Amino acid sequence: MKEIEKEAVIKFVDLSFTYPSRDYIFKKFSFNFFKGERIGLVGLNGSGKTTLFHLIMGLLNPSGGKIEIFGKERKVENDFMEVRERIGLLFQDPDDQLFSPTVAEDIAFGPLNLRKNHQETKKILKETLETLGLAGFEDRITYNLSYGEKRLVSLATVWAMQPEILLLDEPTIWLDEGTIEKIVQILNSHPHLSYIIISHDKKFLKETTNCIYLMDNGKIRKI
Amino acid sequence: MIKEKFSEGDSLFHRLDPRVKIIVALFFSVIVAVSDKYTSLWGALFLAVAAVIVARLRTKEVISRLLVVNSFIFLLWLMLPFTFQGERVYTLGSLGICQEGIKYALLITIKSNSIILVGIALLSTSSIFNLVHALRHLHLPDKLVQLFFFTYRYIHTIHSEYIRLNNALKIRGFKPQTNLHTYKTYAYLVAMMLVRSYDRSKRVYNAMLCRGFKGKFWTLNHFVSKKADFAAGIVMISCIMGLVLLP
Ligand SMILES: Nc1ncnc2c1ncn2[C@@H]1O[C@H](COP(=O)(O)OP(=O)(O)OP(=O)(O)O)[C@@H](O)[C@H]1O
Ligand SMILES: [Mg+2]
Repeated sequence: MKEIEKEAVIKFVDLSFTYPSRDYIFKKFSFNFFKGERIGLVGLNGSGKTTLFHLIMGLLNPSGGKIEIFGKERKVENDFMEVRERIGLLFQDPDDQLFSPTVAEDIAFGPLNLRKNHQETKKILKETLETLGLAGFEDRITYNLSYGEKRLVSLATVWAMQPEILLLDEPTIWLDEGTIEKIVQILNSHPHLSYIIISHDKKFLKETTNCIYLMDNGKIRKI
Repeated sequence: MIKEKFSEGDSLFHRLDPRVKIIVALFFSVIVAVSDKYTSLWGALFLAVAAVIVARLRTKEVISRLLVVNSFIFLLWLMLPFTFQGERVYTLGSLGICQEGIKYALLITIKSNSIILVGIALLSTSSIFNLVHALRHLHLPDKLVQLFFFTYRYIHTIHSEYIRLNNALKIRGFKPQTNLHTYKTYAYLVAMMLVRSYDRSKRVYNAMLCRGFKGKFWTLNHFVSKKADFAAGIVMISCIMGLVLLP
């Protein structure tokens, strides 16, 4: 019983969303995500998976309904500031994620915004790079990286903020098998981390998540 | 990202504290802009060239940047000598070339080239992040600092979208000709370039928000003001003051 009463950390109630000049992507959309859950999100191309992530982060504004995150209703830009510090989003396109000239600066950007001091940031930077097998990438120029490398560095920028919840949008795309295996291990060695992973890679989802949700026609359901 | 070609080298100027560099560059620009003594200006140009040499930048790149600026100045040379009133030194049909005009154009040429060169030697030898951070440390309002950073970001964005689109055209065998197809394609290119860069710049901003950006820039490499930086600043400022005192 207790389990069910537990508050959802991310809660969508009757949410509607539409892009300008488009049909509804979500209509009366409800969804609950609990702390400790590790779920996979699948669905056809264009079914609104990425849109869902952007709504959680407050990058898009719903036209109706309610979003509650960490027990508080989130409406305006200011509400989402805290959300963004505690939830880490890996963008589908790494070119959207990286904007600093060097890898080190890009990874440090988040921790510095969290007001980590200089030493802490350097430490986080070093640990993150080591965890993801990116040691030696500090001074590489972000726009010259290969796509797989960009993907890993993007993941590093999110990881460095030590978020409570990860939203990963197609994390395995462009990665070689060995690297995917490493990510599986990293995720599984952090049992207290909660996350939602969007992926078309069935094997990866099986190895990293406990249950799978399907997005279909503006609705979401467990499969 | 616009390649910050000049910021990656290693020289006295690359190691200098960006705050010192910004102040010196600003001071130099103001002095050069208001002065109209030829000796001072030639001196300024000399200092500027010396600065670029000290910064050890690739000559070819520096010249190619100067060419861009001077192509605008060239237009001035086409206009100014003919439009000024005063003593004519030469008559070309109904047009008279006026000495005052030539002097004026020369003045502008020296001034702009020296300022650009100093800008290249001092400012472009720091990465954009360091400059932005330095501006903050110089107590410039956050809004202005952001404006500076985003202007830079978005110019880059437009440029990189242009390259992407242009490549997309190229791989499908597009060759510019003088026909409607070419004009239409270029019109699409420009329109798409603007729309897409607007979109992308929004996404970059989103990426920054997602990582807790609240309007302030922090930097990984903190500046520690060394005595040497201070001394270098004083030396450079004195040199610039010296210019004013030239006979
Ligand atoms: N900025 C936008 N303006 C208008 N329509 C958009 C915009 N962004 C996305 N869409 C549309 O919204 C729908 C959902 O997009 P979304 O990116 O969420 O899909 P997705 O489930 O992530 O797909 P994929 O698996 O291909 O990544 C798509 O039909 C898409 O064309
Ligand atoms: Mg998507």
